[in-house]
Amino acid sequence: MTSQPDLLYSEAEDDLRAAVRSLLADRCDAAAVLTRAESDTPYDPALWASLATDMGLAGLLVPEKLGGQGATHREAAVVLEELGRSVAPTPYLTGAVVAAETLLGCHAETAETAENPASPEAAAVAELLGALAGGRTVVALAVPLSAAPGTHVPRAVRAADGSLGGRITAVADAAAAKVLLVPAEDGLYAVETGEPGVTVESLTPLDLTRPLATVVLGGARGRRLAGSADAPVRRGLLAGAGLLASEQLGLAEWCLEETVRYTRDRKQFNRPVGSFQALKHRMAQLWLEVVSARAAARNAADALATGSPDAPLAVAVAQTYCSRVAVRAAEECVQLHGGIGMTWEHPAHLYLKRAKSDSIALGAPGRHTEAVAELVGLPAPQ
Amino acid sequence: MTDATEVRALTQELLAAHPPATTDRTDFLKARFDAGLAWVHYPVGLGGLGAPRSLQAVVDAELAAAGAPDNDPRRIGIGLGMAAPTILRFGTDEQKQSLLRPLWVGEEVWCQLFSEPGAGSDLAALGTRAVRDGDEWVVDGQKVWTSSAHVARWAILIARTDPALPKHRGITYFVCDMTDPGVEVRPLRQITGEAEFNEVFLTGVRIPDSRRLGPVGEGWKVAQTTLMNERVSIGGSRIPREGGMIGPVAATWRERPELRTHDLHQRLLDLWVEAEVARLAGERLRQQLVAGQPGPEGSGMKLAFARLNQEISGLEVELRGAEGLLYDDWTMRRPELVDFTGRDAGYRYLRSKGNSIEGGTSEVLLNIVAERVLGLPSEPRSDKDIAWKDLAR
Repeated sequence: MTSQPDLLYSEAEDDLRAAVRSLLADRCDAAAVLTRAESDTPYDPALWASLATDMGLAGLLVPEKLGGQGATHREAAVVLEELGRSVAPTPYLTGAVVAAETLLGCHAETAETAENPASPEAAAVAELLGALAGGRTVVALAVPLSAAPGTHVPRAVRAADGSLGGRITAVADAAAAKVLLVPAEDGLYAVETGEPGVTVESLTPLDLTRPLATVVLGGARGRRLAGSADAPVRRGLLAGAGLLASEQLGLAEWCLEETVRYTRDRKQFNRPVGSFQALKHRMAQLWLEVVSARAAARNAADALATGSPDAPLAVAVAQTYCSRVAVRAAEECVQLHGGIGMTWEHPAHLYLKRAKSDSIALGAPGRHTEAVAELVGLPAPQ
Repeated sequence: MTDATEVRALTQELLAAHPPATTDRTDFLKARFDAGLAWVHYPVGLGGLGAPRSLQAVVDAELAAAGAPDNDPRRIGIGLGMAAPTILRFGTDEQKQSLLRPLWVGEEVWCQLFSEPGAGSDLAALGTRAVRDGDEWVVDGQKVWTSSAHVARWAILIARTDPALPKHRGITYFVCDMTDPGVEVRPLRQITGEAEFNEVFLTGVRIPDSRRLGPVGEGWKVAQTTLMNERVSIGGSRIPREGGMIGPVAATWRERPELRTHDLHQRLLDLWVEAEVARLAGERLRQQLVAGQPGPEGSGMKLAFARLNQEISGLEVELRGAEGLLYDDWTMRRPELVDFTGRDAGYRYLRSKGNSIEGGTSEVLLNIVAERVLGLPSEPRSDKDIAWKDLAR
């Protein structure tokens, strides 16, 4: 067994949380999220600029020499907890985590294999990482949001003339992205969404706070970033799945706190409904699950941050567990709020939709459990 | 004295003066107690150094490395985990001086006389009476679920001293000598076939007033210290991956492919993940304690482990197929130690049913979490301001 993970929060992480929470309280309350979700620009460019550029959060995972903050997954996880708490419509998970890690995967490959560090691939990767880390360019990985780490993802086809063709559906934050990272049979390519041959068709998502689109490539030009998409994409999706657990934790925490607050105030039968054991046992049980989810999510973030060989298991465990907790928390939130929880006006539905769609994101239910079975040697019957 | 280097030096002095290889076990433990290395956070003169609790790990590691004997903490868990902190906080100097050393060394085993047939979850409704008679109290009543009563020298006891007051206010806390006449211990056979626990009948037991812990009528408050320590001690130790009940099931799964079914596989994986997460939550709690930031998470750990133990052992019985139809042995025994993962799957299944009852039922613990951690209002109560003698029973 490897060394013990650090499951606590450091002082710096607490400070980071306070800063993000305060910004989101100002700029991303429930009413604002709802209005935004119904608008034509479902993500909030001004909020993104504050988070990504002013606070420098887009580049947390990117080393300083590549233009980032040189922080770790532990800090990014704290940011995601807060974004989950406010179901903020920002391309953070997709851009600052999945795309950034994919590019870092390319960087690792080109740095290892290229004798000349100034190879065209390495230069393109470094330039993109710098632009992503500075918050100047939103980058998204063009795979379905449901793609799990280590599973086969759809690939674009490379035509004889070198252009890319293909159709990838349910790509998260593609509409906000300026650059898409497109896995193809012969490598990973950067494709600018404004270029000819690239169409981003918005879809109607279950989760109103994370826009989805179909990316259609027909003769699109791309810059090659790596000779094989496999390792970089796997790395991006693994980090994404691991840190999604923190988003789910933040979301579940909000649902529990709101439900407790509401049932303490709401009176029926001449007493607060939160005094009935039938309700408080459900909330206490949920609290226990949230506490456990925190341990699982911290463990995954720490394993990713330290590059632990246990990281794939830590991520699979955290995803299996935290996905369910987030969905349950949101479902309990709706139920224990009674009628008001069923209204469009109350924000509970935003959390329910995010939680349910998060449970499919980066690996549908069962994918991570299968990974656990594989990693710990508990095989299915023949 | 708060420094790891100094504590290490003291430990080495102890080892030099009393080499474990040539020193009698009890003599070594007594010397360790007198050196203040028994529980370093206890005061000087009572087995400690008044040092931070975290330094105990330094002592324990040094002693373990030197092959020193320990005080077999599992055998004296009630003394260490419940009686000692209560004596330390509420005992007189004389009580602390005379009771703590033999308790820690393990010469005197302790048991707990709290629960009664009519006072389980509602412990404060207890009816064992203690009536003052000069310098003594005369105790009559029946206690139940008392582990170690048949080997114990001492008991911590709560009894009703004023039935005219509301139930929480008329209770007093005592130390009871289990060798006194009038103390009768009978084994209580449980669903596993064995008897870890006892019923204790108290008939005219005379307890000197000098063995009272805390003021008359304050026994409920004193008992809170005991119970708080019980819950902390249940959730507090470090577990390796697959260290709990999931271990034997996972091992059986790996060794016996012929037993595998798809349904069992799904359930096994779900429980494996839950067990791993519960382990991590316990580890996080431990790290919080070490960092001096105890959280309320401890209240939840027992809930989690109770349910997991029950579900995992239930799955294990099913996994074993035809063997799951068998039971190792129904012979009535009185084990001195409880081994939750010992014996076979059927035993584990039956024994773990107690996990959600002993030390606070899961339902009561959920109330505690809801009210004390989440701040939810309590149910309206009709028993708080009524004299104990007028309660429904």
